[in-house]
Amino acid sequence: MDAKTQTTPEITPEIVAEHGLTSGEYQRLLKILEREPSLTELGIFSVMWSEHCSYKSSRVWLKTLPTSGPQVIQGPGENAGIVDLGDGDACVFKMESHNHPSYIEPYQGAATGVGGIMRDVFTMGARPVANLNALRFGDPAHPKTRHLVSGVVAGIGGYGNCVGVPTVGGETNFDAGYNNNILVNAMCVGLARTDKIFYSAAKGVGLPIVYVGSKTGRDGIHGATMASAEFDEKSDEKRPTVQVGDPFTEKLLIEACLELMDKDVIVAIQDMGAAGLTSSSCEMADKGGVGIALDLDRVPQRETNMTSYEMMLSESQERMLIVLKLGSEAEAEAIFKKWELDFAVVGATTDTGRMVVTHQGRIEADIPVTTLANSAPVYERPWFPLAVPKMILPEWVPAPETILGTLKTMMAGPALCSRRWIWEQYDHMVMGDTVQRPGGNAGIVRVHGTSKGIALTCDVTPRYVAADPIMGAKQAVVETWRNLIAVGADPLAITDNLNFANPERPEVMGQFVGAIKGIAEACNALDYPVVSGNVSLYNETKGAGIPPTPAIGGVGVIPDVAATADIALNREGDLLIVLGRERGHLGQSLYQEIAAGKLEGAPPPIDLADEIKAGRLVRALIREGNVSAIHDTSDGGLLVAIAEMALAGNFGVELFPYEGKLPGHAVWFGEDQGRYVLCVDSMRAEEVLDRARLLALQARIIGRTGGNALMLKGEDPLPLDDLRVAHEAWLPDFMAAP
Amino acid sequence: MLRASVIVFPGSNCDRDIKVALENVTGFPVTMVWHGDANVPVSDVIVLPGGFSYGDYLRCGAMAAHSPIMRDVVAKAKAGTPVIGICNGFQVLCESGLLPGVLMRNASLKFICRDVLLKVDNAETFFTKCHLKDQVIRLPVAHAEGNYFADTATLDQLVDENRVVMRYCDAEGNVTEAANPNGSQRNIAGICDKTGRVLGLMPHPERLFELALGGSDGRRILESMLLSVLEAA
Repeated sequence: MDAKTQTTPEITPEIVAEHGLTSGEYQRLLKILEREPSLTELGIFSVMWSEHCSYKSSRVWLKTLPTSGPQVIQGPGENAGIVDLGDGDACVFKMESHNHPSYIEPYQGAATGVGGIMRDVFTMGARPVANLNALRFGDPAHPKTRHLVSGVVAGIGGYGNCVGVPTVGGETNFDAGYNNNILVNAMCVGLARTDKIFYSAAKGVGLPIVYVGSKTGRDGIHGATMASAEFDEKSDEKRPTVQVGDPFTEKLLIEACLELMDKDVIVAIQDMGAAGLTSSSCEMADKGGVGIALDLDRVPQRETNMTSYEMMLSESQERMLIVLKLGSEAEAEAIFKKWELDFAVVGATTDTGRMVVTHQGRIEADIPVTTLANSAPVYERPWFPLAVPKMILPEWVPAPETILGTLKTMMAGPALCSRRWIWEQYDHMVMGDTVQRPGGNAGIVRVHGTSKGIALTCDVTPRYVAADPIMGAKQAVVETWRNLIAVGADPLAITDNLNFANPERPEVMGQFVGAIKGIAEACNALDYPVVSGNVSLYNETKGAGIPPTPAIGGVGVIPDVAATADIALNREGDLLIVLGRERGHLGQSLYQEIAAGKLEGAPPPIDLADEIKAGRLVRALIREGNVSAIHDTSDGGLLVAIAEMALAGNFGVELFPYEGKLPGHAVWFGEDQGRYVLCVDSMRAEEVLDRARLLALQARIIGRTGGNALMLKGEDPLPLDDLRVAHEAWLPDFMAAP
Repeated sequence: MLRASVIVFPGSNCDRDIKVALENVTGFPVTMVWHGDANVPVSDVIVLPGGFSYGDYLRCGAMAAHSPIMRDVVAKAKAGTPVIGICNGFQVLCESGLLPGVLMRNASLKFICRDVLLKVDNAETFFTKCHLKDQVIRLPVAHAEGNYFADTATLDQLVDENRVVMRYCDAEGNVTEAANPNGSQRNIAGICDKTGRVLGLMPHPERLFELALGGSDGRRILESMLLSVLEAA
């Protein structure tokens, strides 16, 4: 039967437009099918060719990223990236955005973001062992911000806590640029054995295709298309396109899938994420070079009278598609029945090369598989390189009345206040292997049953990227690398979550291209490839786009979790050393924002050669046991790093007067890159300085631990108790305000 | 030796953690028991682990309390087998009637995960005898529903019968409102039955049993189990 003949209304230009396809794209579709599509086929093409699924605006640029290295087992293109941890252990990880749904329905949007990224990881045979998240909210004064923070944090916790995977790190920013488009980027990290990794290529004909997990409902239809368009005043009407999560089912699904993976029965496995049954079946068939026949009558359904269109486009959560070895259906079914999950054989692989979907005896879709996966349009969107602002001199930014008073003000504001209110709502200890909890340089999770650890972090400083996309993106990569170094890890690889506005605007595309160049340059220099990632475009409302936000998730390995360090000062009389070049760079700094009331100038420059030298020295010092506490310097500069170390360990610091040529406020608050604050035994300080000098790295002693205040000559001491109250209060007070 | 059985409900997620901790501290293998089974094997102690049994749907612990295995757990507890319920396990013990009271939503209405300080009020139970009375220990909590509630008569009875085993306190052992993380009546973190052999505890001893995890105060509860069994042998 011809697919065109039944059920569907006539395909008018309006219907095509509602599906987000341009007229050019529709012409391309007609050429492929050589006839008009059925409504189901139009829906399938529209999601597979959406920006979210096809990467049509970003693909040409993503190809330029470095993705290989001896540590890489799997680079981009699978459900998640995989790196080798040695001894047969592998680390599987990815970060993914759930921005659009989280703005419309923050709890469920964020919750299903966490659920989706966990499925990407356990699909590959890994047990999820850690979650992280990178969150960007609007101005605290914006009327929606508090509601969004509350819902997103509760959603992330509600899902991850119930599944029982610790949330060990993350970052949160507030900026008016996100008022109408918040960002929720969720990262999941799993552990697998290198000889037990599962892929999505459905190789072999006549094999059973099995559907497991939750039943299919009408939720989330066209979520991928929504995530590929700008918001307007009608965005709230898109609430029905947001999916609803069920973490309990996810937990059962993880256990059932890992139990099945222990048997030798799986040919291929893929979660049903964006575009649900459509993209999972199509990608598996495409990668395996086979056709696929689906019988929708066999799909477990939560609602009655669902059409083929609805079933193919549903984004109901907690579902997986598995291609089994012939004859193993009964063995697999027994496992899913034990975990009280749905199990249904819904189709088979074929030798036709086509995706044939039948429903109630009718063929509802009949499409060549490769055209869906590989013939999606690819755009080389116009772009132009953005003008980079000039460096500003430190003298141009006014000096404060007092250094310590300014420190307290900065640490009591939204940019630098404690994030405890957030991470205490996340279970960060379940699974019993969390060696470093949130609030430090990087989270550390032990590889279960060993003394090895993985170090995890995510970072980006959007104001730097906005000022200079290349340098800002480079900084994001290097900051993750530095955070991993600062816990004694060998940085291995990154996942990138590239959040940008509308790519059809050349300046936005210019930001995107610049960011890719910056990421590539840093990754190449640091042998720190990109192994997975996600692109989220159209983060824009009525023409106002978000600041460019390429969030980077970094993963490193620690050979022995006993040889690490954290940020907490832990004894009196140690000396603090700042390692790395001091330039007093105040352009785009948090201090500039407070003191000058604006951000301007170039962001701080990165010297990749110096980064590598400093990183190697720091890691060696940590592993030798020569460092009693350590922190990298980032937002807010040197003094903020010292203050965070003092608060974490509840030891004060006597700061030594600066005798160089830079203005004092530029020394204490400048955001120069490539620096670490090391706390060392006083007997070892000279040796550390010597070793820095041998590498031609700048280093000097800046203070001594002791007392219960921060002390600077000529100023009143700042008692730690006062600083702590101010630092801890802002977020809970903000969230509790009427 | 110590024969410990950990009950695994659908949605339990601290089952492996307590198994690892018990095996590490006591040196004896732990048996995992599926909730759908009819009987728990002969055990010196039965553990109801933390997590979200049945997704916390209906009410925390309510569905698990009606699991097939719970009939045997209740019977064995009444016959004298020691039972400890940690976090979600405490909720299951209350729902199944082995312990009085109920664990309500935290006063903050939020999930809370952090270390708390606890005062050991009863250091003579099967699970606490390796402590000193009034000793202050540090353990993590991780729950959204740990706000212990019972009527005044029940609370008075618990106190009179020395069945309040641990309370939230400050570093000096003072039981203060500020030290109470969830709004529990009388800062109650753990209670036992009349025999001292059924314990419900909101904090997680299995999460702090080795220095690599940031502390080892949780060991004593695990060591108490072993000591109690060895003493009885």
